[in-house]
Amino acid sequence: MPKRTDISKILILGSGPIVIGQSAEFDYSGTQACKALKSEGFEVVLANSNPATIMTDPESADRTYIEPLTREYLEEIIRVEREMAPSAGFAVLPTVGGQTALNLAIELADGGVLEKYNVILIGAQISAIKKAEDRLFFKDAMQRIGLDVPKSALVNNLKDGVEFAGKIGFPVIIRPSFTLGGTGGGIAYNREELMEVLARGLDLSPAHECLIEESVLGWKEYELEVMRDTKDNVIIICSIENFDPMGVHTGDSITVAPAQTLTDREYQMMRDASIAVIREIGVETGGSNIQFGVNPSTGRMVVIEMNPRVSRSSALASKATGFPIAKIAAKLAVGYTLDEIPNDITRKTPACFEPTLDYVVVKIPKWQFEKFPGADESLGPQMKSVGEVMAIGRTFKEALLKGVRALDTGKKVGSEKIEPKILTQRLVTPHPERLTYVRYALRQGHTIKQIAKMTSIDPWFLYQLKEINDMQLELEKHPMESTPTEVLREAKRMGFSDGRLAGTWRLDGKGGQEKVRHFRKKHGVKPVYKRVDTCAAEFESFTPYLYSTYEEEDEAAPTAKKKVVILGSGPNRIGQGIEFDYCCCHASYALREDGYETIMINCNPETVSTDYDTSDRLYFEPLTLEDVFAICEHEASAGAPVGVIVQFGGQTPLNLSLPLKAAGVNIIGTTPESIDLAEDRKRFGKLLEELDIPQAPGAMVASVEEAVEAAKKIGFPVLVRPSYVLGGRAMVIAYDEDTIQQYMKQAVEYSQDRPVLIDKFLEDAIEVDVDALSDGEDVVIGGIMQHIEEAGIHSGDSSCVLPAVDIPDSLLRRMRDYTFKLARALKVIGLMNVQFAIPRGHGHKGNGHHEPIVYVLEVNPRASRTVPFVSKATGVPMAKIAARLMTGRKLREFLPENIERGTDLDTGRCFFVKSPVFPWSKFPGVDTVLGPEMRSTGEVMGVADNFGEAFAKAQIAAGQKLPIKGTVFISVTDHDKPAMVEVAHRFVDMGFKLVATHGTADILEESGLGVERVYKVKEGRPNAVDLIKADRIQLIVNTPHGPDPYFDEKAIRRAAVTARITTITTLSAARAAAEGIAALQRGEIRVQALQALHAERIAAK
Amino acid sequence: MQAILALEDGRVFRGKGYGAKGECSGEVVFNTSITGYQEIFTDPSYAGQMVVLTNPEIGNYGTNPEDNESQRPYIEGLIVREFSKVSSNWRSQQVTDEFMEQFRIPVLADIDTRALVHHLRDNGVMRGVISTLEADTDKLVAKARAIPKMDGQDLAKVVSTNHTYVWETGERSHLPDEVVGVKDEPARFHVVAYDFGIKQNILRKLRGEGCKVTVVPAQTTAEDVLALKPDGVFLSNGPGDPEPCTYAVDNIRRLMGRQPIFGICLGHQIAGIALGGKTFKLKFGHHGGNHPVKQLSSGKIEITAHNHNFAVDPDSLPQSEVELTHIDLNDNTLEGMRHRNLPLFTVQYHPEAAPGPHDSHYLFKDFVKMMEECKK
Repeated sequence: MPKRTDISKILILGSGPIVIGQSAEFDYSGTQACKALKSEGFEVVLANSNPATIMTDPESADRTYIEPLTREYLEEIIRVEREMAPSAGFAVLPTVGGQTALNLAIELADGGVLEKYNVILIGAQISAIKKAEDRLFFKDAMQRIGLDVPKSALVNNLKDGVEFAGKIGFPVIIRPSFTLGGTGGGIAYNREELMEVLARGLDLSPAHECLIEESVLGWKEYELEVMRDTKDNVIIICSIENFDPMGVHTGDSITVAPAQTLTDREYQMMRDASIAVIREIGVETGGSNIQFGVNPSTGRMVVIEMNPRVSRSSALASKATGFPIAKIAAKLAVGYTLDEIPNDITRKTPACFEPTLDYVVVKIPKWQFEKFPGADESLGPQMKSVGEVMAIGRTFKEALLKGVRALDTGKKVGSEKIEPKILTQRLVTPHPERLTYVRYALRQGHTIKQIAKMTSIDPWFLYQLKEINDMQLELEKHPMESTPTEVLREAKRMGFSDGRLAGTWRLDGKGGQEKVRHFRKKHGVKPVYKRVDTCAAEFESFTPYLYSTYEEEDEAAPTAKKKVVILGSGPNRIGQGIEFDYCCCHASYALREDGYETIMINCNPETVSTDYDTSDRLYFEPLTLEDVFAICEHEASAGAPVGVIVQFGGQTPLNLSLPLKAAGVNIIGTTPESIDLAEDRKRFGKLLEELDIPQAPGAMVASVEEAVEAAKKIGFPVLVRPSYVLGGRAMVIAYDEDTIQQYMKQAVEYSQDRPVLIDKFLEDAIEVDVDALSDGEDVVIGGIMQHIEEAGIHSGDSSCVLPAVDIPDSLLRRMRDYTFKLARALKVIGLMNVQFAIPRGHGHKGNGHHEPIVYVLEVNPRASRTVPFVSKATGVPMAKIAARLMTGRKLREFLPENIERGTDLDTGRCFFVKSPVFPWSKFPGVDTVLGPEMRSTGEVMGVADNFGEAFAKAQIAAGQKLPIKGTVFISVTDHDKPAMVEVAHRFVDMGFKLVATHGTADILEESGLGVERVYKVKEGRPNAVDLIKADRIQLIVNTPHGPDPYFDEKAIRRAAVTARITTITTLSAARAAAEGIAALQRGEIRVQALQALHAERIAAK
Repeated sequence: MQAILALEDGRVFRGKGYGAKGECSGEVVFNTSITGYQEIFTDPSYAGQMVVLTNPEIGNYGTNPEDNESQRPYIEGLIVREFSKVSSNWRSQQVTDEFMEQFRIPVLADIDTRALVHHLRDNGVMRGVISTLEADTDKLVAKARAIPKMDGQDLAKVVSTNHTYVWETGERSHLPDEVVGVKDEPARFHVVAYDFGIKQNILRKLRGEGCKVTVVPAQTTAEDVLALKPDGVFLSNGPGDPEPCTYAVDNIRRLMGRQPIFGICLGHQIAGIALGGKTFKLKFGHHGGNHPVKQLSSGKIEITAHNHNFAVDPDSLPQSEVELTHIDLNDNTLEGMRHRNLPLFTVQYHPEAAPGPHDSHYLFKDFVKMMEECKK
């Protein structure tokens, strides 16, 4: 069936900010859908609140709405779009934007919006979505088609629950109905536990109802990715087997493709079941994923769940097979059938087939519990990982070891801390360190049988780990020089890295890896590159999608074209996320246009950069020195010049820049030395002094004594952090000596090489981020972003506004001046980010001036997290220009007017607010206060022609509801009290009631405001927490600065998170919130397409 | 144990040997199925061939008696990237290595199988020798050149049963608690199946559809078949070149119109010749479980299991008599046909799967329907 002609306009729903469980994979799928539908001639409209995405690039869609993903805003988008084309066939595609988009589709349908504006759904219909999402509907549907599901029953009292559990046997799973993200659920291993969990679950469930379900913990877990077209052709793209058993969320499991331990009979049974499921649920077109549990001793197969949309797993499956699920899904949604779509890779064969793999793919999640002290680190039904890596090898062992080194943990294999006492616990209870403990157990002589029993990991996988361990023991027998070539080759074939070999052979220090590399080369042991081609080499492939392995034949002969290698950013993590992938993709797009062969190296399956379409060549490889250097050498072997871009992928590639350069690789753009200089405390301090640019006093220390002394000299409070970190890892603000002592003793490892930095902490200062472009001579500022939170809160966790709202021109000029000077002094070619802090009040004591001092906090001569945000706001693709500057082009070619007039990039009449999104709900018990350690996972953007509305939109988009009426609870430190009065007046003027703790209430009353008084938590009751629980509070302003332990604040913030009440922790954010609320009270819901804003701005010029 | 593969064109691969010690030879073909190695080993259609499996991890789930497609493995030798020393599956009864050793099949592992597949794709299937004994590669290459070519070989009569027997068991759930005690429906039809190298899953499927199946040797005459008073005749899959199977062609010609006929794979090719068509050898054949086949009447696609080196040339068939029903979407190979007037249809691929997708099971039902109608 050819393309549908009854539709001409399609609204694609994005997935919003990056959160745990919904990450960059939906940028990948959304971008593919946009591209596919646009190329088919549809008018593509996109709604997504996340500015860091490729999909929200103005080129991706015809009209892009960076607006909150709520029913209200979407209705407005639909209304506007309908008005523009009253008779056009108008459809919404909700299946490429994760759960967020599906939920929105249901809201739009249930709210009558689709009907009102005559809009249809494509991809999946409401009935199918509901059938797949509702546990009971789903169970009924499965039983109707004769498939087995875990036994379960709905109960609404303890007696029925206990009786049913008696029937199916313990353990049982308890799932309260209608609670968010499975809140209140649990596992009961006995009757007492059941009574307890069930009572709590019934209490938490608004329907006073719980599902009691048979436990399938420890069963084998599988997933199949399925696609269906309008002609009811159904194909399986990929089978995935989880290394970790049922009970660990798939997102937190190591997974393997294809399935390794199923016979054809069992696999085909699962395939038949998947096809039956997609038909029964009624997903008309597109992709779905279906999860199965299999009892390891009887083979009983149960259906666990299905997602009637593309998912994290489908992104993984796309990368694992070379079959672009989201792109094909989009084409199927508009009427094509699978046999009408060609397979991009083979060109000659159709997309209607099932990919076959002649390699093994392993995905390993990445966790960051170090950022959430107090969080429960055990793995269970709720996903906790922030990112993942994928590795491709010819065997499971090779893929697994490549994956482990791609994780970029900074830890050497074998050097992990092992606590023998908790071995059993670590094996029995799933934990991020499980692999390490399995390895330890194997070394200790535990049998596979014993370990399998404790871990429920399939013995086949454990046997592979044993073979790796055996190889390790073999390697330890000889020093490097006397290791037989066959052993070396076998170790490399198994996936051992040069680094691990160096460790094994005790070749410590910097040259160790290099020695191994030379030894390898001497014996002719080097990698070749094979293609991912969907067909196991049965047909010729036309897309160089490559992975390394130690085999005979190489399939990646380099071309004679001039090349640029772009190093990606590896697994998503807090502080190094999708923003960097955005920059890498842009570099590739721009340089491809300029006639370079672009070569991407990355190992993150969720991203657009690892789409085989993005660059001329894709190496799906770990971002380690060994792997990257091997590719550079390989690509250079044809003699054409190769330049390498390291400044776009965040810290991971930056860490490689000096060693790569030392090995002879040509790094283009800002030199590694300049990047290093900016990170080197001493040398950078000297440079600032020379340039006469103020910086907060600071010191570098390498001992407890030095630290205490330096802190005293600088004066408390101080900011303490290790050198060489991104995302503010392990940073604290210390108000006293004890904190310093404790930090130096426990928190970080440091050495003379890697000292600890201590800086004056500028309290009560405005922080500013500046992004700039430079070609070494000319500099143009992309944006001066004013933070809404005060200094001390990590810039990635701060909301910020572009343009700045209340910074005087003189200070803006000074920041520009400093930025220009720095760019030239560091010879920046490409992007640069500078962070400034401007203390409030009247200048530094003894300064004599009335003008405040502008301090430079840090300079990063590389892409920053805010580059995509600034690019969206200004319409200027900064990363593309930066990439071109790195190849020698000049800024004057691109921005002559800005250089001539010395102006920043223009933002037109609008304000753009960026706000962070936090994963608090995934880590109950963790304090939600913001500080110098970055903890947000994603960001949103709010756009409006006034600051208040833009801020309000950003808050709404971030899931923080700003109330338009009700009561504000205020509790601020003494320091903030005077300034709080003015804000409190605004709230009262807008009709809010006030509640305050005694100290704050005193001040507010003095100024003539009526305030209800409430106790502090430790003082007595009723206290603030009681009021929150009683739904008496709609907004909290609670500033926690100061050295006290914040028992009160912690309890309040925790209660607020549970009750989903917006908590504001800084005064400047309180002011912004007041403006935002004023905007919301005006009641206008207005949306703007990015393209229209940019066109309007250009016209105004 | 060292092992070497030498191809007739002189290319040599060195790896490790598993399974049986010794030497084996045959035409080297590659199969792209991810699952189902045991079914492939025991498929009689692989007689005379050594198989490279493109899935690099082989042997993981061991072997079990239920997944055999015949009494013993028929492949001459196995070539894989990684051969598992252990097995893990609730149904596994024997480690794959031991299974291969028991049946004297040499296994060459640890070679760049992708390079070998690439070589076969570009140069076509070719003869080869695997040896764990001989280290002189020139000698091995010479041996490879000395073995007979597949073209012109009638292997069907070699692998066929030498006596007539009745097949009793239908399809079985593999679940242990359900294997015992499943009763097949009483048979409503009697099918005589020509064994050119028949896979047991075909017999199970036919039995499962309510057919009593009598399996007869490849060279059984049409008259002897008719004497068994069947309701339909089935032409099985099998190894080798269809052209020399003239006895089968003659018998089918005599049965056409007198019996409903359903053929698979070699059975399809022989029927093609009987209908006046010609067969030819494909460059590297179709061997795998992911081939898209289009049913021309409905436009529906089936994902199918293939295992054929030869194909019927559609242009050679008399269009007035024969309707083309299925084609392979990858390369437009003819995959199915039916007689316009007589009750006969055949497919080149494997609707019985084992290994492979079950999308084409409907063909067994179609055969039963055809018999039903003819019985009226």
